[in-house]
Amino acid sequence: MVSDYRIKGATGDWEVVVGLEVHAQVVSDAKLFSGAATAFGAEPNTQVSLVDAAMPGMLPVPNCECIRQAVRTGMALDAVINRWSRFDRKNYFYADLPQGYQISQLYHPLVGPGEVEILLDEKDENSVKQIGIERIHVEQDAGKLMHDQHPTMSYVDLNRSGVALMEIVSRPDMSSPAEAGAYLRKLRAILRYVGSCDGNMEEGSMRADVNVSVRRPGGELGTRTETKNVNSVRFVMAVIEHEARRQVDLIEEGGEVAQETRLYDPDKNVTRTLRSKEDAHDYRYFPDPDLLPLELDEAFIEECRASLPELPDDKRKRFEGLGITPYNASVLTAEVETARWFDALLDAGAEARQAANWVVAELFGALNRLGKTIVDAPVSPQQAAELLGLVADGTLSGSLAKQVFEIMLDTGDDAGKIVDERGLKQTSDTGEIDAKIDEILAANADKVEQYKAGKEALFGFFVGQTMKAMAGKANPQMVNERLRAKLN
Amino acid sequence: MARGRPASRATMSVNAEQVRHVAKLARIAMSDAEVEAMVPEFNNILHWVEQLAEVDTDGVEPLTAVIENHLRLRDDVVDDGNCRDDILKNAPDAQHGFFAVPKVIE
Repeated sequence: MVSDYRIKGATGDWEVVVGLEVHAQVVSDAKLFSGAATAFGAEPNTQVSLVDAAMPGMLPVPNCECIRQAVRTGMALDAVINRWSRFDRKNYFYADLPQGYQISQLYHPLVGPGEVEILLDEKDENSVKQIGIERIHVEQDAGKLMHDQHPTMSYVDLNRSGVALMEIVSRPDMSSPAEAGAYLRKLRAILRYVGSCDGNMEEGSMRADVNVSVRRPGGELGTRTETKNVNSVRFVMAVIEHEARRQVDLIEEGGEVAQETRLYDPDKNVTRTLRSKEDAHDYRYFPDPDLLPLELDEAFIEECRASLPELPDDKRKRFEGLGITPYNASVLTAEVETARWFDALLDAGAEARQAANWVVAELFGALNRLGKTIVDAPVSPQQAAELLGLVADGTLSGSLAKQVFEIMLDTGDDAGKIVDERGLKQTSDTGEIDAKIDEILAANADKVEQYKAGKEALFGFFVGQTMKAMAGKANPQMVNERLRAKLN
Repeated sequence: MARGRPASRATMSVNAEQVRHVAKLARIAMSDAEVEAMVPEFNNILHWVEQLAEVDTDGVEPLTAVIENHLRLRDDVVDDGNCRDDILKNAPDAQHGFFAVPKVIE
């Protein structure tokens, strides 16, 4: 499927070409090359070993778990896992980098080509597009600088120094802000299913470098710019929109796009030059002599593969196979916590279609209203299954189920207990229903005449009146049947 | 697979400008006289290393260690850190548990 996203220029239409480099912080207890902790939010410089501070003579030893997480991520992206890879030094000086180089993988990354499938339209299963992954390499994060604590000094916290990152490099396969947004959301979902990255963009666990260029539709690739460290899906989309527009205007005014690194300013919604190609870093990569090549054996690879959970696409297809609508299946699998909650609901015996509709409409609605997420939902999957079971066996009508659910949210009680204590059972007692219907029809003789004369819309009125007289507890289907019998 | 073998075997040499560039990357201040003196020294080193390129290494895998040796990995266990005083001991300036450096904003 081809994107029809175009930038309208004064001289015609332009196409946008986008590639993303996503830095994802690896979930591990200890750092990539040392035994210091990785937990977020610790006191400054308390999670720093002599290795992370680059004291002379310290040697890096790779953390097996970080390698394992990157391999599992590669497998989830259907990527080539390189049995032989190597670490290189990327040399530059900056106050947040005590070593004077970052240990990374330029020449022989751990993970090779793979792909991510995105839907261009969430409600259309056929709007599939594959976004190529070029590589994933493993590298060290840098420390953190704080510039606003002192008038003339910057403060350096090395807690993040040496934490493992995966750099996930896409191919320039995206051609609109929406595609880039869908890719990033999908990638984030996969990482969170796999458990290799927590995907917390506010805390900086995932950030993207956004490569953008423009060209005439189908024409030669233009010069690209790279906007660094964009930390939300919304900002990535804004960067692409803004940067494509800027480039088109520049070219149409007779200028040339310079290959440069830019920064995004979310407050002003603009990008500005960080450094031009002339000032570009000269990283002088070379193989790190402190580290032997990383060689993986088949047992390790197999263990990684066996540990992979069901991934979002597989889960979505399984849910659809249970009769759940594609839209609901996509909503239920977008976040791993929702998917797990829903699976628990199915395990507790709920019928799939009914359960999906209920979660998407009722539960999400309630959570929104309460400002809660599925993780701290006031009802458990087991409680929800009981409620849905009472609907399925005819004990509760839809509207009674809504009432019971509200009470569950308030009290935390189980559905069965609420029904028993408050007498909220729906009644299918025909005698009682008939009696009420007779009262209603007698009290509205004029409307009965009108109905019999052909004003059939009044049927709804009689249903409503009967339900009201029964305090909402009558079985609606039964009311319909009895009313028809009496009126026709 | 060619693992990091140099693509070209042309003779390399550097001029004063390149020496200044390397000095700048290494954050080393050099006077003009020092740069001039360094040019032939650099070129001597390059020339000396280049003799290695005379050896025919086609089809030879790069040697990563002289004895059979594999990269050792560590378990994911927190067994280090929590030594802030040691870490900061050598810092020219430290405040409130941070390294303090002249303001750097790129």
